[in-house]
Amino acid sequence: MGLIGWLAAAVMFFPVFWMTITAFKTEQGAYQPDLFFVPTLQSFREVFARSRYAGFALNSICISFGSTLLCFLLAIPAAYRMAFFPTRKTQATLVWMLSTKMMPAVGALLPVYLLFRSAGLLDSISGLVLIYTLMNLPVCVWMTYTYFCEIPAAILEAARVDGAGFWSEIRHVLAPLALPGMSSTALLLIILCWNEAFWSLNLTSAHAAPLTVFIASYSSPEGLFWAKLSAASLLAVAPILVMGWLTQKQLVSGLTFGAVK
Amino acid sequence: MHGGAAAPPYQSSATPALGDGSVRLRDLSKSYADDRGRLICHAVKALNLEIQDGEFLVLVGPSGCGKSTTLRMIAGLESISGGTIEIGGKVVNRAAPKDRGIAMVFQNYALYPHMTVFDNLAFGLKLARKEKAFIREAVLRAATTLGLEALLERKPQALSGGQRQRVALGRAIVRNPRVFLFDEPLSNLDAKMRVLMRAEIARLHSSLKTTMIYVTHDQVEAMTMGDRICVMRDGVLMQVADPLTLYRQPQNLFVAGFIGSPPMSLLPGRVEGRGGGLVFVSDGGPGALTVALTGRLERLARGRIGGKVVFGARPEHLSVTGGGAPDAAASCIVELAEPMGAETILYLTAGGSSLIGRAPGEHLYKKGEELTIHINVEKAHLFDAATENVLTET
Repeated sequence: MGLIGWLAAAVMFFPVFWMTITAFKTEQGAYQPDLFFVPTLQSFREVFARSRYAGFALNSICISFGSTLLCFLLAIPAAYRMAFFPTRKTQATLVWMLSTKMMPAVGALLPVYLLFRSAGLLDSISGLVLIYTLMNLPVCVWMTYTYFCEIPAAILEAARVDGAGFWSEIRHVLAPLALPGMSSTALLLIILCWNEAFWSLNLTSAHAAPLTVFIASYSSPEGLFWAKLSAASLLAVAPILVMGWLTQKQLVSGLTFGAVK
Repeated sequence: MHGGAAAPPYQSSATPALGDGSVRLRDLSKSYADDRGRLICHAVKALNLEIQDGEFLVLVGPSGCGKSTTLRMIAGLESISGGTIEIGGKVVNRAAPKDRGIAMVFQNYALYPHMTVFDNLAFGLKLARKEKAFIREAVLRAATTLGLEALLERKPQALSGGQRQRVALGRAIVRNPRVFLFDEPLSNLDAKMRVLMRAEIARLHSSLKTTMIYVTHDQVEAMTMGDRICVMRDGVLMQVADPLTLYRQPQNLFVAGFIGSPPMSLLPGRVEGRGGGLVFVSDGGPGALTVALTGRLERLARGRIGGKVVFGARPEHLSVTGGGAPDAAASCIVELAEPMGAETILYLTAGGSSLIGRAPGEHLYKKGEELTIHINVEKAHLFDAATENVLTET
């Protein structure tokens, strides 16, 4: 089992590794599968000279954090109600929510594009925040619901008997208990937004374009572009990789419920 | 659902509560409806019950009998479909849990896992914005009562089951309630701990003298702890009485079969007149058990000749030695003998009927052994098979 795990990890990691070393090669060198070469920052210099990395990165940050926030604002009340006051239709509603994810996004492209055009949302940050929120909402509700379900209702009832009103129940009991789950959900949502390419390529051009558009601009039908593309990709994924690395410990350590058997 | 801005001002949970701790349930009912408002089931049906201030009342019954629902309605955690709940003479139907002067101990402890034991105990007082020194004193007093002083800085996950339940008790004590509510508080503990905590709760009751309402499915817990016991089935109150009355004078078949371990032998049959007297003949064809009805039972059975009845006898009212009381002899075969040391529990068959008896522990009984048992008819019961109620002299 351990061996299979390592193998799977290696297979997953290989493209990232290859992208990383390609980014430090020259355009000519990028066509040779050498593992040993003289590293150069030439591609990075060219990428920075050609496009405004900071602008794209800022867009990515605004859009992914903004939509994650909006997602939680909508998902938490829904999940709270479903987890602690379920009805007979709760399960069906959850499945229906997830089923909307099964439709290929391209199927909705034309109507969404037309709606965005008439609403003036094309190439705007708020437009992407909106579409990413809608895209991630089912996942967000599901995950939040699952984490809420792990909190025994009796703990909230105990708080109610102890004199907690609705908001103090949320603040002193629900929030601290749900925080680990919420933060891993948040990270997942941010990653999903950060890596989303379909909607961003189709709905933005210059003003609100995030890093995925920035990467795509380095792919060209002719000429040598592998090294530059790799450098751009590395720059695009680096922030999210670093963030994942920094938060992994907190994400893994879930709260163990010692209070309830 | 939750008390918003319109909630009544805080009823001090730390100063002695106003009013007494009597609880009165009038026609209390709870029914569940589906999304379209169609009735699904009645969990509690028109329950009437009066609990005196300072009383220890146990609600007991099999799972699904409505006992927990009743408790949760008293706590204010479950809405009421009909009837009223009075605590200390005031109707609290719509009051929030915190305004009812109650404290509750949950089956799964329901401690706040992210807080230390101290904070768990102090949470209610902190919400009530009590002074720090006051909180500290109240928490320490409760902790001392329960022997938790050394654990105050620990989190619940670092505690054993018994310690957690003590913390849950402490949290209830700190609130200084008029009524304690216990929802099967011992069912997650192992057998030994359960006996210890049972004694602890009983001691707490005798020192605090506060009303306690205790839900359990365990009839031993009910018998040993309750001043009075309320037996419920399918949302209906079957009988309320003190433990011995419940044991000796069950009002119906359900209570007779539920209370007592090993249970009362209940034999369905009919009353027949034979040779000038009355006899009970159990169902079971030829060779069925017959018991001559004398004394009290004869008076009860008079006028019921041919009627369907159920004959009930406690294990201790079956003896292998006989003699003494007016009794009826029957020959039985031992199906199973459980030697407990001081006594042996005998599972017997007589003419197609099963009986359970207690015998002194001196003799080792074997399966298949034939015995003559003597049924103490004076202590036996007769129930109407149709209404399931006990027959009484009127």
